[in-house]
Amino acid sequence: MATQSASRRWSLPQIALEPRTQQSWSVNAGLTLGLLLLALALGGIVILLAGGNPFVVYRNMLVAAFGTKWGISDTLVKSTPLILATLGVSLAFRMRLWNIGAEGQLLLGALCTTGVALHVVTPETPGVLAILLMALAGFAGGAAWGFVPGWFKAQFGVNEIISSLMLNYVAQSLLNFFVFGPWSERGFGQTPMFPRNSWMPRLTDFADTFPIVRGMTVHGGLLLALLAFAILFVVVRSSKFGFEITLAGDNPEAARYAGIHLRRLTIYIMTLSGGLAGLAGMSEVAGVSHRLINSVSPGYGFTAIIVAWLARLDPLGALWVAFLFGGLLVGADEISSAGIAQLMQGIILFVMVSGGLLLRYRIRFHGTGAKATGIEA
Amino acid sequence: MTLVVNISPPSNPAPDDVMVQMQGICKSFPGVVANDNVDLEVARGNVHAILGENGAGKSTLMHILSGLYRPTAGDIWVEGVLRHFSAPLDAIEAGIGMVHQHFMLAETLTVAENVILGDRSLGLRITPTQIQETVAALAAETGMDVDPDAYIWQLSVGEQQRVEIIKMLYRGARLLILDEPTAVLVPQERTQLFRQVRRMAMAGHTILFISHKLDEVMTLADMVTVMRAGKVVATVPTQETSQEELVRMMVGRPVLFDFEKVPVDIGDTCLRLEKLQVRNERGVVAVKGVSLEVRAGEILGIAGVAGNGQGELAEAITGLRPASQGKVEIEGLDTTHSTTREIIDAGVAYVPPDRQRTGTAPNLTLIQNLALKDYRTAQPGQFMSRSQQAQRAADLIEKYDVIAASPEMPARLLSGGNLQKLILARELSAPIRVLIASSPTRGLDIGAIESVQKTLLAQKAQGLAILLISEDLDEILALSDRVAVMYEGELRGPLDAAGIDVEAVGLMMAGSSDNLQST
Repeated sequence: MATQSASRRWSLPQIALEPRTQQSWSVNAGLTLGLLLLALALGGIVILLAGGNPFVVYRNMLVAAFGTKWGISDTLVKSTPLILATLGVSLAFRMRLWNIGAEGQLLLGALCTTGVALHVVTPETPGVLAILLMALAGFAGGAAWGFVPGWFKAQFGVNEIISSLMLNYVAQSLLNFFVFGPWSERGFGQTPMFPRNSWMPRLTDFADTFPIVRGMTVHGGLLLALLAFAILFVVVRSSKFGFEITLAGDNPEAARYAGIHLRRLTIYIMTLSGGLAGLAGMSEVAGVSHRLINSVSPGYGFTAIIVAWLARLDPLGALWVAFLFGGLLVGADEISSAGIAQLMQGIILFVMVSGGLLLRYRIRFHGTGAKATGIEA
Repeated sequence: MTLVVNISPPSNPAPDDVMVQMQGICKSFPGVVANDNVDLEVARGNVHAILGENGAGKSTLMHILSGLYRPTAGDIWVEGVLRHFSAPLDAIEAGIGMVHQHFMLAETLTVAENVILGDRSLGLRITPTQIQETVAALAAETGMDVDPDAYIWQLSVGEQQRVEIIKMLYRGARLLILDEPTAVLVPQERTQLFRQVRRMAMAGHTILFISHKLDEVMTLADMVTVMRAGKVVATVPTQETSQEELVRMMVGRPVLFDFEKVPVDIGDTCLRLEKLQVRNERGVVAVKGVSLEVRAGEILGIAGVAGNGQGELAEAITGLRPASQGKVEIEGLDTTHSTTREIIDAGVAYVPPDRQRTGTAPNLTLIQNLALKDYRTAQPGQFMSRSQQAQRAADLIEKYDVIAASPEMPARLLSGGNLQKLILARELSAPIRVLIASSPTRGLDIGAIESVQKTLLAQKAQGLAILLISEDLDEILALSDRVAVMYEGELRGPLDAAGIDVEAVGLMMAGSSDNLQST
């Protein structure tokens, strides 16, 4: 062998990815935990560079988000729109429709909800009816914003990533127009308060009867989110419609072969996906701000993409990851450094997605090509 | 890595004019023996054709020679030197370059840039003019007219093929392997390619080309090696043979399985096509006015080399592709413009030619894959019964002898034969009237082939109308009651299978213009 080494090409050791034939629960859990710790460590380095003590910062965040019942309540408030938007996004992702437009769909939902709250609901409208109308409007607004890229995709083959992404900016501008223009309260970037009967009930509203819930701002939107979760969970797992989505996501060609109308399904799913994000917008204005403000969403629709991905598009997973990310948002508010939440989100996603490869594959190092040949020779 | 291990000459010393010698080449894939003890000798400066039907092992053999596959056994001598290739680059170092059917060019780069792509000897700095001159010189030498500055996306398919050839010559290929080079070309480009191939051979290059078209083998090649079922049937100079003889070598051996064709009462017409015309993706008419009838209890076989419109025909019948003219009737019901779902509901089952891409969803479980067609109808209402699906899957897996670790395993882990049995199980378990079976046994091992074919015959005996589309003439002849040939979108025949002239059918498949005659 040695005599021939001169003629040998330089080559890297070959790294091969080998699919794991079976998923083991313990390997999955261990890897996920390890990756989370790695993400925290990387975030810690940045905090250290910024002159903070990562341990103190992380502890404060943890306490703020999960340390008290009010903290948990705040976390749930932040989780609510995340759950709804994530459910929508993961529904589309399951069919490999990359709906990046949840943010815009959420804003449109908020906008339509506001329209109903300000112009349809009167002080005499029964509360239940008002909320129902607003939820319908919110869903419809988001659905319309999801329908457009879905229809473009089905009819003209327009890439839904681009069209749904672009519609986010259209939605934000439209919303700005209304909150600074026709619906503006004295020229500020907000509308007047909604009538009281269109506010979604919060836990703290029942403090007179149950003093323990005083100060807890969790609102009806969470119920809405859980309801949406329950419906989707059942639909995805055992309905014929859910089967079509799963099949179309795995192999569109086989779906067509099985008699599924792919174009129609594409439009349905994008519309539904948008509608769910629209409900997130409705829940925010009706449950938290009780008016529309131009910064109604701190990017829930984008965070939802991260959450959906980390939850591997599973509705149950979405619930948990959204809760954790809600905590991250609350924790970041506590240390009053808005950038930290996004920084951590970015790092966690990056580490998890690249690490996700390890869940599906194991890495094998082969020798160099020379060695492989050598053995044969 | 090229490793010269053994300089000793081959057992029967090759003369100087032998470019390549392959000895005892075996290659098996899971469940399939693609090459079985193949010997091949190619003389320098010759144009040498490898002829055979699909699945005969031609491509596998060439992939071994070009370093893409490693043989399970056997030796390769290139110009008298024993070589072991572990990658295509090793083959190129030894002077062997292959032009694949699907070109490997970077669309957004120029011709010259594509030619030097991957050439490490150039270092970090490249001088554009020098490269252009090199490429232009190579183009001129071989009579290949290509502008070195043109971008690949601007070129026609024929021009892209020329770039591939120039690329291989630039890398020092003395032996060029062309994989069905005319499959992608229009007639004028074909003539041009032939001229260029001749010119290269005159210049001392050796050309090996894979083909299943008799006329081009006879026109272009000096020598022809006929392969069949992984083995070499014969190597003969084209001067000393005829198309008829080549056909006999390709197809004219005893039929593999001699099934007893149980006489079945032929019933009513279940599938009727009337002057059906179908266009392919590029808008070209791929099926040109095909009319046929298939009756209950009958198998109509359509033979033909792939790409002559059979795929489009099957897709038009099953509603996966619109028909541009003509009519499809299922049991008297006009389904020409029906959706796939309506056609499924009308009782048409379809075994697609591509089991992974169309026939199954790779990551879904066997249970889910078996429910692909009946998930809507098995249970009333909007929901499916998982336990019922699982029960049915277990029954079908047992009945059709699908060998699987678990019904919950993803379909992608099944072997080809078992995947095909899974598809058949699904398609045949529904209450159906018509079956379109497209290459149902392609790539399967002997045992699986027999099992699939027996299933088809059993279904026919029960009164199913079967349209069998296959490139495997043996299969068509063994199973069909009537045989037709599809060539360039037109259907010839059908004729009764009993007493049919096999060689005439073979010639028709290869494009001979003689009419199909029954003897």
